[in-house]
Amino acid sequence: MEKLKSLADLKRIREEAKTKLDLRVRGDNPEGLVQVKVAMATCGIASGAKQTMDFFVEELDKRGIGAVVTQTGCMGYCYAEPTVEVQLPGQESVVFGYVDRKKADEIIEKYIKNGELVEGIIPVNYEKID
Amino acid sequence: MHLLVCGGTGCRASESNLILESLKRELEEKGLSSEVQVIMTGCFGFCEKGPVVKVMPDNTFYVHVKPEDAGIIVAEHVIKGRPVQRLLYVDPKSKEQVPDSKHMGFYRKQIRIALRNCGFINPENIDEYIARDGYASLGKCISELTPADVIDIIKKSGLRGRGGAGFPTGLKWEIASKNKADQKYVVCNADEGDPGAFMDRSVLEGDPHSVLEAMTICGYAIGASKGLIYIRAEYPLAIHRLKIALKQSKEYGLLGKNIFGTDFNFDIELRYGAGAFVCGEETALISSMEGRRGEPTNKPPFPAEKGFFGKPSNVNNVETFANIPVIISKGWEWFSSIGTEKSKGTKVFALAGKINNVGLIEVPMGTTLREIIFEIGGGIKNGKKFKAVQTGGPSGGCLTEKHLDTPIDFDNLVAAGSMMGSGGMIVMDEDDCMVSIAKFFLAFTVEESCGKCAPCRVGNKRLLELLTHITKGNGTMADIDRLKNMCNVIKDTSLCGLGQTSPNPVLSTINNFMDEYVAHVTEKRCPAGSCRELMKYSIIVDKCVGCTACARGCPVNAISGERKGPHFIDQEKCIKCGACFEKCKFGAVLIK
Ligand SMILES: Cc1cc2nc3c(=O)[nH]c(=O)nc-3n(C[C@H](O)[C@H](O)[C@H](O)COP(=O)(O)O)c2cc1C
Ligand code: SF4
Ligand code: FES
Repeated sequence: MEKLKSLADLKRIREEAKTKLDLRVRGDNPEGLVQVKVAMATCGIASGAKQTMDFFVEELDKRGIGAVVTQTGCMGYCYAEPTVEVQLPGQESVVFGYVDRKKADEIIEKYIKNGELVEGIIPVNYEKID
Repeated sequence: MHLLVCGGTGCRASESNLILESLKRELEEKGLSSEVQVIMTGCFGFCEKGPVVKVMPDNTFYVHVKPEDAGIIVAEHVIKGRPVQRLLYVDPKSKEQVPDSKHMGFYRKQIRIALRNCGFINPENIDEYIARDGYASLGKCISELTPADVIDIIKKSGLRGRGGAGFPTGLKWEIASKNKADQKYVVCNADEGDPGAFMDRSVLEGDPHSVLEAMTICGYAIGASKGLIYIRAEYPLAIHRLKIALKQSKEYGLLGKNIFGTDFNFDIELRYGAGAFVCGEETALISSMEGRRGEPTNKPPFPAEKGFFGKPSNVNNVETFANIPVIISKGWEWFSSIGTEKSKGTKVFALAGKINNVGLIEVPMGTTLREIIFEIGGGIKNGKKFKAVQTGGPSGGCLTEKHLDTPIDFDNLVAAGSMMGSGGMIVMDEDDCMVSIAKFFLAFTVEESCGKCAPCRVGNKRLLELLTHITKGNGTMADIDRLKNMCNVIKDTSLCGLGQTSPNPVLSTINNFMDEYVAHVTEKRCPAGSCRELMKYSIIVDKCVGCTACARGCPVNAISGERKGPHFIDQEKCIKCGACFEKCKFGAVLIK
């Protein structure tokens, strides 16, 4: 990595990174990639988030679905771990709770492939500052 | 179209599963089941208004829905596209119906400032943090503001320390900045020893860069070139992510020499703790970092004057730091517009105990306990009755029914006989015995006392003995007075915050639940039915069929009786293990 020598350098990196992240947030990804975020904090991992993440990575690939699977921190719904946020291109993201391999399979087959929601949705009930 | 029916514990208790079935049936009858899906979801955080149904994609939010309403929802909303007016949520302030959930106030009950990036960015990728304006506040401070300006902003924001005592952060920085020395330190307290609290861990695991950035800003403000994070070795994932974050920010030159091409240098190192509660106390923390025994020392001198190896050191909590970059970027005016008069901003709470939605929440200061427990927290598990909530962990106290509508901030909690502490909230229901709760926390402090001073080392042990005595049914009224007396002595004479606050759970349970203490000592009865030694097992003669299962199961042969005849329990021999209760298939064993 290059060193950032000035605020201008930081701004440039920010713009590049923002474009990448914005795509992820707004979902109007030109390549139509599906975004899957797995909450991988201690609470999530203790309930099996690692296995869930591996499952998504391997299975999405095997089933030929273009997707980006990333890890993130605790979403706060510790009672429903592992929690996973899925965003289909051009749509609002949806958070699912209690996502074990079985649920993950259902999410891929029904929601990701056909846009059909499945049980286990956790309504997001907070406001995040920008 | 999707119909989302809340399947959280609260709504399920008011028959949301029947709503789901009715909706499915109605859709089937109208031949719409392939176009409209009915899905059960998790809790909307709105349980007091449950059962809740949300229609997607138009976000219409129906409250207090009954199974009978399924017909009209399908006929009107699904088929004709007209929302059912009478089921819409009415805003309590404006008294107006709210057409969709985007406009609902309750979604704003939680505001995430400290947790802004948790669960949103990949914590192991610095670019994602930068994309969310990360390190821009640091850049602004170093290139546009003087250290005095930075301190001024933090002072005006009204931010108070989130580690427990609520000391004004800006003032702390100012003191540290005025102390002259060749070397100063910025210390981040990531010890988090309070049982039931895990917000600092979540911040470090979900957004480590926010803490690194804030510490660097602090270094600039107070004139320090070195930062130390004291973190317990029991947090391996947080340590792992911190290490990655440190490496990445060093590679970008955001830590190290000549940051942003200026002559400001700052570096951060990790120091590991072995997980002792007392090491969260700042002077003990510093001793521990110096490689000595983690024992507190007298204050003054405060760390800001003589801290790490005798040099001025500014100690702040993880969550305190996590607020700093936002205050710089959004301005102190914005920050101080949130919260109450004397407690600004938000607080992260870790909800635990007998509550449905165990987890992390972040609410503006001034939110009431009722909103936290019954709306965001989803209410009490298994439909039981709310009894109390412990805030401030082992240093705090319990709040009860009468405090449900008190706006929560630093000062109100102290006035109510508890404290903010780090933000653990342990919820208790009718089955929890308050004497046992006090005993639980006392056992924790006895275990964690460093032993340096007698009131804490000996006094807490005696307190625990007395409490144990009472829960076994051997206490007297005089013991309750003795407890109170001793509590006050320990509070007044202990050296550090651990001893000074350890009697709080005892005092506050005595204040709020004196009747329970009295029942234990005078009637030898535990009203919550949780103290084992006070339970009495007996056999209801009319129900006993004489199967002898209980007698065979009793490990101490306390049960006698003939086959096919009634059985009896010898109270002298009974050790209250409950085996007979479990063995009896006829419900003949009574526990009182
Ligand atoms: C027994 C005891 C334990 C403490 N544990 C912690 C802790 O785990 N984390 C923390 O930040 N502060 C803890 N504190 C408070 C610290 O001493 C100190 O006040 C705090 O770190 C200052 O940071 P703040 O001003 O940002 O809150 C503890 C205090 C006492 C007396
Ligand atoms: S009050 Fe307790 S923990 Fe604090 S110094 Fe004294 S013995 Fe140690
Ligand atoms: S259980 Fe339905 S809103 Fe909480």
